[in-house]
Amino acid sequence: MEIMIIGCGKVGQTLIQQLSDEGNNITAVDISEDKIRDVSRKYDVMGIVGNGATYMTQLEAGIRSSDLMIAVTAQDELNLLCCLVAKKAGNCQTIARVRNPEYSKEAPYLQEELGLAMVINPEYAAAAEIARVLRFPSAIKIDTFSKGKMELLKFRLPESCILYNYSVKEISTKLHCDVLVCMIERGEEVFIPNGDVCFQAGDLISIIATPANAAVFFKKLKLFTNRTRDAILVGGGQIAFYLSNILTKSGISVKLIEKNRQRCEELSQLLPKVSIIHGDAADKETMLEEGLEKTGAFVALTNLDEENILLSLFARSKMSGKLVTKINRIEFDEIIRQLNLDSIVNPKQLTAEYIIRFVRAMKKSMGSNVETLYSLIKGKVEAAEFLIKEQSAIVGVPLQELEFKENVLIAGILRRGKMLIPRGQDTIEIGDSVVVVSRRLGLHDICDILKQG
Amino acid sequence: MGMNIAMVVFILGWVLSFEALFLLLPVLTALIYHESAGWSFLLTAGICLFLGVLITRFKPKKKALYAREGFIIVSLSWIVLSVFGALPFVFSGTIPHFMDALFESVSGFTTTGATILSDVEALPKSCLMWRAFSHWVGGMGVLVFIMAFLPLSGAGNMNLMRAESTGPSVSKLVPRVRKTAVLLYAMYMAMTLLEFVCLLIAKMSFFDALCTAFSTAGTGGFGIRNDSIGSYSPVLQIIIAVFAMLFGVNFSFYFLLLSRRFREAFQITEVWIYFGIILISVSTIAMNIIAMTDSAGDAVRHAFFTVSSIITTTGFSTLDFGQFPILSQTILVVLMFIGACAGSTGGGIKVSRLIILVKTMIKEIHIQIHPKQIQKVKLNGHLIPHEVVRAVNTYMAVYLLFFVASVIAVSFDNYDTTTTFTAVAATINNIGPGLEMVGPAGNFGFFSVFAKGVLILDMLAGRLELFPILLLFSPAAWKK
Repeated sequence: MEIMIIGCGKVGQTLIQQLSDEGNNITAVDISEDKIRDVSRKYDVMGIVGNGATYMTQLEAGIRSSDLMIAVTAQDELNLLCCLVAKKAGNCQTIARVRNPEYSKEAPYLQEELGLAMVINPEYAAAAEIARVLRFPSAIKIDTFSKGKMELLKFRLPESCILYNYSVKEISTKLHCDVLVCMIERGEEVFIPNGDVCFQAGDLISIIATPANAAVFFKKLKLFTNRTRDAILVGGGQIAFYLSNILTKSGISVKLIEKNRQRCEELSQLLPKVSIIHGDAADKETMLEEGLEKTGAFVALTNLDEENILLSLFARSKMSGKLVTKINRIEFDEIIRQLNLDSIVNPKQLTAEYIIRFVRAMKKSMGSNVETLYSLIKGKVEAAEFLIKEQSAIVGVPLQELEFKENVLIAGILRRGKMLIPRGQDTIEIGDSVVVVSRRLGLHDICDILKQG
Repeated sequence: MGMNIAMVVFILGWVLSFEALFLLLPVLTALIYHESAGWSFLLTAGICLFLGVLITRFKPKKKALYAREGFIIVSLSWIVLSVFGALPFVFSGTIPHFMDALFESVSGFTTTGATILSDVEALPKSCLMWRAFSHWVGGMGVLVFIMAFLPLSGAGNMNLMRAESTGPSVSKLVPRVRKTAVLLYAMYMAMTLLEFVCLLIAKMSFFDALCTAFSTAGTGGFGIRNDSIGSYSPVLQIIIAVFAMLFGVNFSFYFLLLSRRFREAFQITEVWIYFGIILISVSTIAMNIIAMTDSAGDAVRHAFFTVSSIITTTGFSTLDFGQFPILSQTILVVLMFIGACAGSTGGGIKVSRLIILVKTMIKEIHIQIHPKQIQKVKLNGHLIPHEVVRAVNTYMAVYLLFFVASVIAVSFDNYDTTTTFTAVAATINNIGPGLEMVGPAGNFGFFSVFAKGVLILDMLAGRLELFPILLLFSPAAWKK
């Protein structure tokens, strides 16, 4: 697919990397010559220097032959203008990042009347993601398939746990849980386990199951599954505002600590149900005074990554509840993951993931039949859901007789609304939704997972 | 970070495998004409294939290609290509001395067309075919060719293309490097085919037409007759001249035309200036040589052929331009240095570099008068990035130093100034013939082994635009 990306900041570059790896032809546009030089050095893309909102630049970048234009510059207005110009000049789909709440509130109007295919607000996306994680605190990350009928949950194994007595295949035979372990992260290593692998303390494991079965599994593991009742948020930015709104609506009581007095007053008007506390989060006493030790969840949302990490580490030492840390920088992902920080939320990465999911869906209508796609570990492992529409080599054959490529796992089959954990004698039938976890990026068709397929 | 040597060797393995493939064409020629020289080509192909397959079995773990690896791979590839390309000449005994064979082979791949042979017609047809075909492969670049066929994914490939392609700033035609390589070769092949067909229609023999088409396409200049193109009919000469001129045009011009982006295509200043220079040179030389020829028409034809052949650095000739009046000779020497457009198969300094130099010069003059004036240099309606201007200036400085050093080195042989000077000019600009003893009627055979070595280096440096070859000898590039 021909894609034009205007704005080569962090989100732009993440998009360029992933979409280019998936085989799309990318033209990157930015006003800064340095950024373009950097991008065209790092990735196999065409770089154009210029103001992406001008007709001439878009024409030069080949808007006429583009299928999609994504505007992710720093300015909302510029992004919207890019979309309008692209729409008129090229007749392609357009996506804009719009972060000003005043505009993003009008997203439906923008999409309807201005013909944008997607309007994405990174802060709102981050807030929604955090809220989702808080609903199921023992998981670090939850991705849902088939409208929530299957869930992919990632969590860290605690120091002591009955799971260490079993291997992967014994979970169903001895522990009697209908879940499938589809990925283990151990230190910097990531692997898709076979049945004989045993667990180690500190492993991050991802399981796929129905929500009910997952709950049973967590209960057997004696991992806390209680719903979060209260949360402390630190840093009163846009994400905190959206998050407070979502949380209070679902009955979670929220305390918000913010440094700036004026912002506190604004927030207390906007969020009457939330208790706004004016104080410096770096002051330990303030947090302890507000009951950090007994709170169910702690969310660090200040503008500084370092401060967020420190706050979360401090909170970890004082409380046993759920931690969520916002990190802006993507580069140090691997190092941060080694700290015991529960969930990490990266608004920029999320934005990129949402857009990539949209692109995948768009591609689906152009030949690829991926229904949903999650990047489990950036650039290494992904989970894709395929809808089986037609007869192919994979349909009707027991799984144990099929020859799969390495590092590919059929993680779940959804048949007539019910989820099956696939076993060797199961078959894939037409009409099924199949979730595949793999280290091969950019699967387009279910048959891509077969050898020589 | 040290050099990714595994990757460098891996790609060299592919270069050898592809060379084995290229060598099959002269083998086929030998089969058709029943020549025993075919065995030496087959033997060389076997050696290349054996080494190539052996090396490419070891896939490197790290696939990263940075600018440094790009330069080193390109210069080593061309050296490897030339060394193995010289073997058939030695094996078959047509050119017994290795240094001579290497000179011929480098001259072929770098599309120079300078020869050490005095009697070309005595060569077996398979050797003639190999000389012409090496021009064709070298014209657009062997790594670009490999890239078009091999899925070496990643942005690192751009570093290869950047190091191998010509011009001050190499850009892609489409987002993917591989697709760009495919497009370039598609246009290149189509144009070669077109010339071949035109030559056939104008009644050239099949073998001659194929060799001449390869030679013109790569802007090489190896002829298959002793008098180069002189004994072919005037119509054939005009066809060859027109195609040589077309192969000297920036290929992105054709790409823009084909993708119907006419406004952008005609905005490329370089192409206009290129045709402008040709027009002015042809008319001046035609008037200058009119006394030497039978008619005004002949004068224009010879002038056009010679100018087109020299500015594109092809190096074919219809007349011995060593006999031209001094004004014409001087113009031709100047054209040798100007060269063709960037992003073409031609050599020389390139028209676009000269445009940037002249524009920068005008700007500097303005700044002398208005010291506080801020002025940016534009080309094709776009600002020229500072780095490009800087790179062009550096290129010129290095070019000059390289040139002077080579002239000094070659003058140890103690030939006359014109011969020494134009021998270096004709090799570093990848033209072929120079003036006096190395003129269209002469050859390079009389130089000493040392001078030949210097000229070989000049040809490689000229084709790869200096820096890859310089980096090869720079310790900093190899440092861990």
